[in-house]
Amino acid sequence: MAYRVFDHTADLGVEVSAATLEELYAAAAFALFDLLTDLSRVRAGIARETVVTGEDPADLLVNFLREILYMWNGEGFLIKTCLVREAAPQRVKVLLRGETFDSGRHRMKAEIKAVTYHQASVCETEEGFVARVVFDV
Amino acid sequence: MRVPGIIYTSEKLMRGMGEDEGPKQVAHVAHLPGIVTASLAMPDMHWGYGFPIGGVAAFDMEEGIVSPGGVGYDINCGCRLITTRLHAEDIRDRLQALVTALFQNIPSGVGSRGALRLSAKDERQVLTEGSAWAVRHGYGTEADLEMTEDNGVMAGADPQKVSDRALERGKDQLGTLGSGNHFLEIEAVEEIFDAAAAAAFGMEKGQICVMIHSGSRGLGYQVCDDYLARMVKHIDEIGIPLPDRQLACAKLSSARGKDYLAAMACAANYAWTNRQLLMHRTREVFEKALGMGPRELGMRLLYDVCHNIAKIETLPVAGSDVRLCVHRKGATRAFPPGHAALPPAYRKVGQPVLIPGDMGSGSYVLAGTQRAFTETFGSACHGAGRVMSRTRAMKSCRGRSIAREMAQRGIIVMASGRGTLQEEIPEAYKDLDEVVEVVHRAGLSTKVARLSTLGCIKG
Repeated sequence: MAYRVFDHTADLGVEVSAATLEELYAAAAFALFDLLTDLSRVRAGIARETVVTGEDPADLLVNFLREILYMWNGEGFLIKTCLVREAAPQRVKVLLRGETFDSGRHRMKAEIKAVTYHQASVCETEEGFVARVVFDV
Repeated sequence: MRVPGIIYTSEKLMRGMGEDEGPKQVAHVAHLPGIVTASLAMPDMHWGYGFPIGGVAAFDMEEGIVSPGGVGYDINCGCRLITTRLHAEDIRDRLQALVTALFQNIPSGVGSRGALRLSAKDERQVLTEGSAWAVRHGYGTEADLEMTEDNGVMAGADPQKVSDRALERGKDQLGTLGSGNHFLEIEAVEEIFDAAAAAAFGMEKGQICVMIHSGSRGLGYQVCDDYLARMVKHIDEIGIPLPDRQLACAKLSSARGKDYLAAMACAANYAWTNRQLLMHRTREVFEKALGMGPRELGMRLLYDVCHNIAKIETLPVAGSDVRLCVHRKGATRAFPPGHAALPPAYRKVGQPVLIPGDMGSGSYVLAGTQRAFTETFGSACHGAGRVMSRTRAMKSCRGRSIAREMAQRGIIVMASGRGTLQEEIPEAYKDLDEVVEVVHRAGLSTKVARLSTLGCIKG
């Protein structure tokens, strides 16, 4: 899965593209956790399911990333894989696999304080979808 | 725009300004309902999300709004300066040991946990009492409270308005520095510009000081996040289309606006308690590492300021005193001589305005002025201000050892995060001297002293 980091003076912008909405959300989840931690050291031992809603695709994307970021920031859960079960413009259902943080084994790369609404967007293109979001770091 | 946008800057600082969207963000803020006089930006302004960093905006209590994005995620991020009886030559040989001891004893870095794990009851007390909670539990003295902006407590805090998620995140992060641009520095007073003000602040040339820069940690981020999400859902109620959801806000007179202020006050109190605990730990480390008693060290809190906050303050507008909600997002309160909010010892010279620089550039202490009070809602700048994104900073560091470069300048730096030093290189920031010069010449605060960095710990 590919994502691109774009420049923002104080924060960290990420652009992901995918052929389908399902893949777009999975790619966004990957980008967030790939920035947070060395994913090669994370095992996919525990499965969790979650449903997130939003007013429109951009709001949904922000809510989705905010929800899974809390799993790390609030619960110490690192996500290795994200399987999108259903994706609609206002609702996404995902199956996440990962494990609880272990300071002996895991290596954190960055602190991401929050997912901002600033310039958040989801656009449909000829090849599929492109999403942009800015993280407060 | 309902009001003009005013940016304080210089020719030199303006050169890089068109490169980001800071000026556009000043204009966005000028559109918000109930904004009074002008949308302001300090010379350290840079591109934020929604509001610019370095922005100051005041709103009418009836018609105006409060915006979580106008405060920022790190509610009551701020700094405090501690003076000592030590001089640079007293610790020259022991500096490395001292920096190492601070690094080992002060939790810093991503997801760091503090030594305290708060019970639900204690956490609620921290959220309502602020620094006084720390002092009551032996982490400091009454004198510390007097030297903290608002005595380290914001009124109107209601823990009921803070989500379970925010409370959970706050339980074990008290007394932690955090990561990114947060730091603890050992500094020495390099130059005094205003002898009378410096004497009132208890500063002298060569004196060792400690600067602490931190905020409300995960609890504050979560409060901002929760209320932004809530306000985004009712964005239509403001009555104007917003160019950016991050500007989401609520009328100050609405239930949602009041709820946010009550939750924000909790986070502000958490941040003050956090800095109070960090200072207490610093005092302990100094005593142990130098084998000296508290009396000999004389570690006194000079002042503590917050630079990410919204406050209800009475300020002059067109000749009369008006109650306003002042948003300072990356801006420092700079109240003038004679103001009742100042501790008696500083009332003649004005409020100490603490301006931390980027890594290794030292800091400034300024004094608040009447000019700031009437022109910028009693506000001045908050630091150097970023000019380079973190990714660009990382790229420019390939093949360089930042710790070694700092050591060559005689500065010891220790960081827990691998990329922290690269992200925080001096080139990533505006020139601190130039930023302070603009504020000084504009009369928003006047220079009292400049401090140089000897040692620094970062997250």
